Amino acid sequence: MYTITEKILLAHTDKKSISPGDFIYAKIDLALGNDITAPISIKEFEDIGAKKVFDRRKIALVPDHFTPAKDKKSAEQARCLKDFAGRHNIENYFEIGRMGVEHALLPEQGLVKPGDLIIGADSHTCTYGALAAFSTGVGSTDLAAAFITGCIWLRVPESMKFIYYGRLRPWVGGKDLILHTIASIGVDGALYKAMEFTGETIRRLPMDDRFSICNMAIEAGAKSGIIEADDITFEYIRRVSKKQKVNFKLNNDILKSDPDARYCKVREYDVSKIEPQVAGPHLPSNSRPVSRFKNVRIDQAVIGSCTNGRISDLRIAAKVLKGKKVNPNIRLIVIPATQEVYLQAVKEGLAEIFLKAGGVFSTPSCGPCLGGHMGILGKGERAIATTNRNFRGRMGHPDSEVYLSNPAVAAASAVKGRIAHPEEVI
Amino acid sequence: MRFKGKAWRFKDDVNTDEIIPARYLNTIDPVELGRHCMEEIDPDFSKKITKGDIIVAGKNFGCGSSREHAQIAIKGAGISCVIAESFARIFFRNAINMGLPILETKDAYQIKEGDYLEVDLDTGIITNLTEHKEYKARPFPKFIQEIISSGGLLRWIKRKGARCSIK
Repeated sequence: MYTITEKILLAHTDKKSISPGDFIYAKIDLALGNDITAPISIKEFEDIGAKKVFDRRKIALVPDHFTPAKDKKSAEQARCLKDFAGRHNIENYFEIGRMGVEHALLPEQGLVKPGDLIIGADSHTCTYGALAAFSTGVGSTDLAAAFITGCIWLRVPESMKFIYYGRLRPWVGGKDLILHTIASIGVDGALYKAMEFTGETIRRLPMDDRFSICNMAIEAGAKSGIIEADDITFEYIRRVSKKQKVNFKLNNDILKSDPDARYCKVREYDVSKIEPQVAGPHLPSNSRPVSRFKNVRIDQAVIGSCTNGRISDLRIAAKVLKGKKVNPNIRLIVIPATQEVYLQAVKEGLAEIFLKAGGVFSTPSCGPCLGGHMGILGKGERAIATTNRNFRGRMGHPDSEVYLSNPAVAAASAVKGRIAHPEEVI
Repeated sequence: MRFKGKAWRFKDDVNTDEIIPARYLNTIDPVELGRHCMEEIDPDFSKKITKGDIIVAGKNFGCGSSREHAQIAIKGAGISCVIAESFARIFFRNAINMGLPILETKDAYQIKEGDYLEVDLDTGIITNLTEHKEYKARPFPKFIQEIISSGGLLRWIKRKGARCSIK
């Protein structure tokens, strides 16, 4: 009678049973920090006099937000991670040139396994639910405590079930499903809850789309997003786990919800009715079909981030941009999420398509997604972006605007100079 | 613990980019972060407030990123506590873990900007000294009270030892 979320949490405690609302102290399989959040954790770790991390193999440090360092202060923060990783012999520290945007990087490196309990001092840590792991964003203090103890306090969340059925329309993917879902429940529609995504559409959905969906669970206020493990999950795990020297055994029993598991809410979506979505300023819940935004002129298109910077995202964008030119008034910025994605995009000729179209192709970084660098908006400017948040001022000036979309829509909009459906370009 | 201060009103869904924009995340200095607190909503906020003042907001306060710079900025600006109809979950746990007092009450909407408030953290009672009204905040579960009374998560760990379980 447990959901997959409850099963995974239970397996990480010394308890015999759990129910939603219980406070538990759970063991962690992986604790993640980046160049924004980990410096605070490291300071707290040292201020309290801690000497040793709980397990040097179960910590990942990724300098991805303001890197390659955008200014002196950012350089010092990245340096703080590097020094800490060196002092404690942290196995999974990723230097520039070998790194990537954390939530694309860790799964790709085989560091996420189904059934794991993962915390990260970054709100989009919920991404790993796509691989049937329980993963949630926490703060730097939680991360500092995890560095010391290898444990975390959690309140067992109630689960909400989201069932998707029907065939996807052309140019519709995981990003559109999650934007549509957030619009239907609001930015606090899943506050404190676990969102479980299921149904025949999800079962057919490739891993990259599943990552996009779970990545944005936080935008509905959720603690976590999760998808039960299936053949697509295991195929992905088989491919990436070759990078890890250790073989692991999966406990298949905990990777699915029981038929009589309890949900506080169940919602169903007929995906055949869903058009590509665009979320207008200034909330991800302002999502409507792309056709409703066709008069919106833009200044910049950004394709990348932990939501949509994976290889399949770049392939879709390249399909739209092949042989086309970016509108003279538009800046197109393409940012592959990881070094591996970057290399693959070069090998497949995608980088050439972006460059010939008149876009830039950057090294992996969170970059403009959070208004860090690599494409900040000026006063009154508008961007369409495959990122995850469009809060006021998120990408730069408080009087700028961000519209969220999938990579095909962002690419088509770059060609048209206004928000456009991919069919208008192809 | 008791606080007295003037209420500053904010809307629903105040996000962490509004509390402290990402362009300032290249530092963890409380004074500097405090100077930019709520800048995206009110550029002069940090100049207008007096030490001990209280933020009062609608639902889902602190949604968005996991940055503890938000709590550091609020504390750094001199705000004594935050009252809201509800909090986003990462903001909620960060506030508990870092010892920033927060109170959740459905009645937050009754408080107006400029009302003078007295907050008793132990009882969860908020007294509106301007309006002569009393609101009751939802009490924290025992376990969370323990973290707060220890002075934050790391002090709690130090006190309890690394491997404790929650009963």
